[in-house]
Amino acid sequence: MQYSEKVMDHFMNPRNVGEIDNADASGTVGNAKCGDIMKVTLKIEDGIIVDAKFKTFGCGSAIATSSMATEMIKGKTLDEALRLTNKAVAEALDGLPPIKMHCSLLAEQAVKAALQEYFIKNNLLTDENRHFFDKLDEDAHDAT
Amino acid sequence: MSDVKRVYLDHAATTPVRPEVLDAMLPVFGRQYGNPSSFYKAGQEARRLVDQARQTVASCLHADPREIFFTSGGTESDNWAIKGAAQALGGKGRHIITSRIEHHAVLHSCDALARQGYEITTVAVDGDGLVSPEAVRAALRPDTILVSIMMANNEIGTIQPIREIGAICREHKVLFHTDAVQAAGALPIDVAALNVDLLSISGHKFYAPKGVGALYVRRGVRLANLLDGGAQESNRRAGTENVPGIVGLARGLELAVAEMPAMNRQLTGLRDQLIQDVLARIPHTRLNGHPTQRLPNNVNFSFEFIEGESILLMLDHFGYACSSGSACTSGSLDPSHVLLAIGLPHEIAHGSLRVTLGHSTQAEDLRRLAADLEKIVARLRAMSPLYEEKNQTGA
Repeated sequence: MQYSEKVMDHFMNPRNVGEIDNADASGTVGNAKCGDIMKVTLKIEDGIIVDAKFKTFGCGSAIATSSMATEMIKGKTLDEALRLTNKAVAEALDGLPPIKMHCSLLAEQAVKAALQEYFIKNNLLTDENRHFFDKLDEDAHDAT
Repeated sequence: MSDVKRVYLDHAATTPVRPEVLDAMLPVFGRQYGNPSSFYKAGQEARRLVDQARQTVASCLHADPREIFFTSGGTESDNWAIKGAAQALGGKGRHIITSRIEHHAVLHSCDALARQGYEITTVAVDGDGLVSPEAVRAALRPDTILVSIMMANNEIGTIQPIREIGAICREHKVLFHTDAVQAAGALPIDVAALNVDLLSISGHKFYAPKGVGALYVRRGVRLANLLDGGAQESNRRAGTENVPGIVGLARGLELAVAEMPAMNRQLTGLRDQLIQDVLARIPHTRLNGHPTQRLPNNVNFSFEFIEGESILLMLDHFGYACSSGSACTSGSLDPSHVLLAIGLPHEIAHGSLRVTLGHSTQAEDLRRLAADLEKIVARLRAMSPLYEEKNQTGA
C-alpha cells in the first residue's frame, strides 16, 4: 500500500487515542461488517472543542484519518469544526490512495456525528448549519 | 526502518526462484533459445528440453508424460480445466459442482459458465474448511459433468479428502478436477491414487518462476481448447512454449518432491511452534482452518477487535511480510470468502492474518514474530472501540 509519510506517522504514532470521560458529545459511525468503525468523543467548553479523542477499528487509513481529524478540530470553535471536510483531512495527510478515500469520509462523519449529537442536545441546529450534517447520510464506502 | 531485518512470510502468495532453478533456466535464454517447433537443430534442442521437463513433471505426479500440458500458470490451468470440460461435455449436461472456498480462478470460471446457462452448485464447508465427500455425493445429479475441489486451500491451509471425493466421482462417472496449486510441491501427489482426471499446478508456489504452470489431463478426457492457434502441446494448448519457464517449473517441482519429507517435518515443527506461541501470548485469538489436516507451512489467525490491514502495516514496519483476509486488503467490501465460508462473522474475518512459511524461515524469526505480534495486537486493541479492557477476562 502506497501511504504517504504523514499517513504512516499518524498510523504509527496516532494522536488523541482514547475516550473522553463524561464527554460532551460522542459519535460512532461505520460497522464491524464493513471492517471500519470510528468513535469520536469531544469535550466542549464555551463553544470550543477543548479536547477530542478517537477509537477506531479499521485499516491504516482509518486510523490515520481519525488521528488527523481529531487533531484538526482540537481548539476550534464549533462553527469551524462543522466545516471539516474529508478532502481537508486527506490533504493534511498528503493524500490517500483513491481506494482509501472512503476512510477520510468516515472520519468526517464520525466528527460530524458527535457534533450533531451536541447540536441536537443543546438546540443549536439552525437552517443555516443543518446542511453541514448532510454528509452523515452518505455511505462512506461509495465515496471517491 | 532500513536496518530492520526483512522476514518474508507470504510463501502462499509467491516464492523466490531458488538458485538451482535459476541455474537450470539461465542457459536456456541465451543458448537454447530456439522455437521448439522449428525444424533445425536449435529448435530440436529446445524441443528436447520441453520433453524432458514434461517427463519430470509426469514422474512427480505419477502420470504419463502425454498427460502433462504446460500453461501460463495456475489460473490458466483452472480456466482450461473448467471451461474446457464444460464446453466438451455441454451436450451431456450443464451442472457443475465446486466448493465455497475455491480460489477465484475456479469460482470466477464457474461464474462465467453460469452466465452461459450452466448451473453451479457450491458445496459448503465445515468450520475447519473441510468439504465432506458425502456432501459432494448428495449434490451429484444425472446432468453433472464436472466436480472441482481444491486439494489444499491457500488461505487456511485445509487439506481436502481428494481421494474419497475422487472415488465418488469415478463411481458416478463424473469428471473430477482439483486445483493443486498450493498442494504441488508441498504434498505428495499420485494422480491415479487420488482418483483425479484434471489437476492444476503453478510454478511460482514451489520456488520456480511466475508465469508458468501445468495441467494434468487424464488420457481419454475430452477438453475443449482454451487457446487455439499453433499445434503446440499436441494441438491442445497453442502458443510457443515458454521453454525457460517450463525448464524451471520441472526443476522446481523435482526438487520440492525430493525434499518433501524433510522440508515438511521442518515446516510443520515451525508452524506448530508459532501457533502455540501466539495462542499462548495473545488472548481472543483463533486459528482458522483444520488444526492438523493443513498445509505444513500455513498459519492463519483471527485477532478479535482489530483489523487485518493495520496488522499488516505494523508488521511491515517491523520487517515482516504477511497477508490478510480483510476487505481492506482485498480491495472489495467483503472480507475473504474463505473465512466467511467457514462461518466467521465479518468482523472476525476482517481481523485475520495469514503467515506462510518457507525455505528461508528460521525459528528465531518466528519467536520474534510472536513477541512483536503480541505488542502490535495490544496497540491496535487499545485503539479499538470494540475492545473494552476492563470488561475482558482474558479468556
